[in-house]
Amino acid sequence: MGLDFGGARNLSADSGFMDDNIITTTIDKVVNWGRKNSLWPMPFGTACCAIEMMATLASKFDLSRFGSEAIRFSPRQSDLLIVSGRISIKMMPVLKRIYDQMPDPKWVISMGACASCGGVFDTYTLIQGVDQFIPVDVYIPGCPPRPEDLIDAVMQVQQKIAGGEVPKGIEVAV
Amino acid sequence: MNEEQSVAESPLVLQKLQENYADALLAHEETRDGVAVVVGKDDAYALLEYLKTEAELGYTYLVDVTAVDNSQLESELVKYDYARFMVVYHLYSYQGCCRLRVKVPVHERDLRVRSVTSLWRGANWLERETYDMFGIAFEGHPDLRRILMPDDFDGHPLRKDYPLRGRGERESFNFETQNV
Ligand code: SF4
Repeated sequence: MGLDFGGARNLSADSGFMDDNIITTTIDKVVNWGRKNSLWPMPFGTACCAIEMMATLASKFDLSRFGSEAIRFSPRQSDLLIVSGRISIKMMPVLKRIYDQMPDPKWVISMGACASCGGVFDTYTLIQGVDQFIPVDVYIPGCPPRPEDLIDAVMQVQQKIAGGEVPKGIEVAV
Repeated sequence: MNEEQSVAESPLVLQKLQENYADALLAHEETRDGVAVVVGKDDAYALLEYLKTEAELGYTYLVDVTAVDNSQLESELVKYDYARFMVVYHLYSYQGCCRLRVKVPVHERDLRVRSVTSLWRGANWLERETYDMFGIAFEGHPDLRRILMPDDFDGHPLRKDYPLRGRGERESFNFETQNV
């Protein structure tokens, strides 16, 4: 099948019974494989970085190659929040609300200098890094980051999912 | 419109204003993009109405309303009896294809200025922004609320005495009281 779920194959190869048709794996691996290849991003574009995000989604860079082209403007249907742009103190409650509305498990990419640390806008109105208020899984530096950087960030999220990593936003009882 | 006409057009405004509003005009100047006049607060509304309705001028388009805080610019302060703010109206005449800036000095002790929303409905949000950023109180405005900053924001951030990094709003803003 060409897919590697990491499970043992052809357990009873000698019998010839399960040769090419059956693979065994764990349910977590299959679920994570599905999740990682069908991320549904919720775009939160508030400034210039969003233009790069649009370029990433459009045909030239084509995020759908990674299974993430199904942009959902409804947070309840998405599992990847891409914060791309400046977030003001008036916008932060909106962003927080959207994050809260997304179903678990959910991942957050903070795209660009502004979302990650305020960028050059060290002013009264701008949040100096959204990670003060929502958990961020992957940061992208740059002003603006190139579409390749965003693709790289999405792939990093994919790696985290494949590795069974728990998103930052989920508190695990120890 | 050729060069000659546009040069001839600008003084027409000045001519007319000097005829009709000689007392109200505190200063005037021909700028690169048109004409700028400074008008006393009490005459501003009448003058703006005249500019809009006078058939030969036709300044029917209010491009912008904003303000300037001159509190740290002594050279400007002395000119107009130490009025801290200057409310600025940008007008455009499609008829003459020319621009006009009307400036109104406003003292800090009396921040009231008559609203021009009755002349241009588009002034609504522009005046709200000027109120939000500078605290100019436009009298007769139908809905003078903050427009950019959150409702519970304290102060007027484009005033020169407002610190660039704010007074801690970035950390202390309220998630609950804001309309999401
Ligand atoms: S990081 Fe740069 S490109 Fe991105 S939103 Fe900020 S200013 Fe714009």
